[in-house]
Amino acid sequence: MSETTNNSDHPHHHIHELYEEVDHWEVNTGEQTIHAKRMPGVFRNLKWITASTWLIFFLGPYLRWNDKQAIIFDIMDRQFHIFNITILPQDVWMLSLVLLFFAILLAAVTSIAGRVFCGYFCFQTVWTDVFTWIEEKLEGKPAARRKADKLPLLQQNIFRKLLKHTIWILIGALTGISFTLWFGDAYEMWSDYLHLNVSLFSWVVVATFSVFSYLFAGFMREQVCLWLCPYARIQGVMVDVDSIMPTYDYHRGEPRSRLKKGVHDADKGDCVECNQCYAVCPTGVDIRNGQQEGCITCGLCIDACDSVMEKIQKPRGLIRYMSLDELQGKELPPIYKRPRPLIYISIMLIAAIGILYGLTHLGALELSVLHERQPLFVLQSDGSIQNKYQIKILNKTPKEMKIILRAEGPKSLTIIGADKTLKSIPGKISSFSIFVRIPKKELTEEREKLIFKVYNADNDKINADYESMFFGPQIH
Amino acid sequence: MSEKNPFPNENNSGHIWDNDLRELLNDPPTWWRIGFHASWILVIVYTILYPSWPMLTTHYKGVMGWTAMGEYKEDLQSLEQIRAKYEDQLPGKSAAAIMADDELSNYVMKSAKVLFGDNCAACHGGGGAGNPSYPILADDDWLYGGTANEIITSITNGRKGVMTAHSKSLSTAEIDELANAVMKGEPTSSPLFMTKACFACHGPDGKGISAMGSANLTDGIYRFAEEDQLASIKYTITHGVNDASDPATRNAEMPTFGGSKLSETDIKKLAIYVHKLGGGK
Repeated sequence: MSETTNNSDHPHHHIHELYEEVDHWEVNTGEQTIHAKRMPGVFRNLKWITASTWLIFFLGPYLRWNDKQAIIFDIMDRQFHIFNITILPQDVWMLSLVLLFFAILLAAVTSIAGRVFCGYFCFQTVWTDVFTWIEEKLEGKPAARRKADKLPLLQQNIFRKLLKHTIWILIGALTGISFTLWFGDAYEMWSDYLHLNVSLFSWVVVATFSVFSYLFAGFMREQVCLWLCPYARIQGVMVDVDSIMPTYDYHRGEPRSRLKKGVHDADKGDCVECNQCYAVCPTGVDIRNGQQEGCITCGLCIDACDSVMEKIQKPRGLIRYMSLDELQGKELPPIYKRPRPLIYISIMLIAAIGILYGLTHLGALELSVLHERQPLFVLQSDGSIQNKYQIKILNKTPKEMKIILRAEGPKSLTIIGADKTLKSIPGKISSFSIFVRIPKKELTEEREKLIFKVYNADNDKINADYESMFFGPQIH
Repeated sequence: MSEKNPFPNENNSGHIWDNDLRELLNDPPTWWRIGFHASWILVIVYTILYPSWPMLTTHYKGVMGWTAMGEYKEDLQSLEQIRAKYEDQLPGKSAAAIMADDELSNYVMKSAKVLFGDNCAACHGGGGAGNPSYPILADDDWLYGGTANEIITSITNGRKGVMTAHSKSLSTAEIDELANAVMKGEPTSSPLFMTKACFACHGPDGKGISAMGSANLTDGIYRFAEEDQLASIKYTITHGVNDASDPATRNAEMPTFGGSKLSETDIKKLAIYVHKLGGGK
């Protein structure tokens, strides 16, 4: 660079302009702890209600049904029990439909009303909310906490700090223990936990949950949403101009200005720069900068702004739920005119119908028959052809069943090995070897259809059948 | 590189290119350093605990005394402990008693499948399907009897049946006549069956005598099954089986599996397995 160029052409100048822009980039990458102010309001109440759905997670395992745990995911025995329904690995296709249903539900809700999951239901949001509530109860309002953060550790209230961390870790441990209770008998497992007598695996699960609850909800908080959570990013691309989200009405709010001696300048907008929307934000976002990646659409800024608008006697709703198009003065089309939600809802419907069909057609008995390939058939000394079959009977009921086996096929076939009733173990596959013999002279084809049928000996309404083949020598 | 540092107080190394591109002397991130130190500490701890450093003739064994072979043996032992519940019952029980017990015979079928694959399937085929010149075990035609105890005897001692070569004692026409009668499954329909003393071994009804291991000639199941079955029967009548006087004789020998080859329990298991393949008596 020549020495004669004026200052504005100097490369440093352009760089500084760029740096100035970067200074406005308001994503807190964890260098400051966000101490969000808590204010009462409609959305605050709504948040507690939605958060309380997580009580199901904590209390669900204690539900009993017919003297057994109502919902138990018994991984060891490879069966799930949900009230009277038993789900075995064979029914796992339903699980994929359940996952599909919830994935599309996420998409549908997000396209209609933004990151509802993030703002109201996500465990990260809920646990962080509870953790900071405890923090406020023990260490005071945000201003006091910010002040304490600057003090050396020994000048802070050590006892309260210790109590806070202890409660956090206990909540983490309770989270972990509650998680494990879904996979075994809750009452037995509690007794095992209290006797310090559970498997290493359970301890690892509990430790993992404790550490990560403590770390994520106690320390990382909004950072998890900003750069750890994939759903935060996925949901960002699911919204469109018709999705309603907490939005600052800048037509009404700008130009913002502070109230001077309680008087508002008529030329200015309604925003009085009180910064309450920013102060209550759990992720440290200024909603007045528009929709942004840090916003989990929890609506707390709406509560804050409304309370201020009420105080200065302006209409509520300077920040409110609206879509980008609404902000530009267009009308929000009804949901049934928007293809995206419609497609999502139809996929959910298909998945729901599939799950419903699966649950109503679980059946009590399943049969599968494997034809022995080595040898395909043998000639017996009485001139009959013998085939060997492996009969596999799955008993989906909790009781042992006596099973009668029959076969339909060429006339005068005989089954060997099924003259007694077969015993089928509950919740498991019982396997039996049987032989079928057909006189050689009665075989008209190399392969004949054979249908195996099994019945419950006590109740022939419980039955299943399976189509197999009977193999014989070449017919010349 | 600039002589004078235009960016003082920012902890740079003094290496500056293009007036503004410079190298800072910041420490690596804490998480990275934790990972780095944790890694080398892990390597040291690991090499102390486990076999690691090669030495001239041997290697450093590690303070835990762990070996792959030791782990294998432990696993095997725990496997045998699980099997012991069944294995311990087997020596004291007869084959028939084992077969009467559903749980025990289930265990034996699973366990003997491996034994069968290792010792029997090479000749008799998987599932006892048989092979040319090797008998099918899945049917109910038995040369030496098909009860579990007879099968145990066959496996333990082996079998070597003998049939005399008839190239000298029978004419070609006579062999043809007998072969055709056997092919029809009615050996007694030929008077030669009696006059040439076939009945002496194969029994007066042609159904064989299991004490001698002679074949049943009436059921259409052939010991030496071949594509051209009539030619095969003629060959067997002409050259016999295991007849030392005829160099072209058929060789048919079941080796001995008793003694050092297989334990009594293993043979019992195999006999039950074979008995249940499809034709046990």
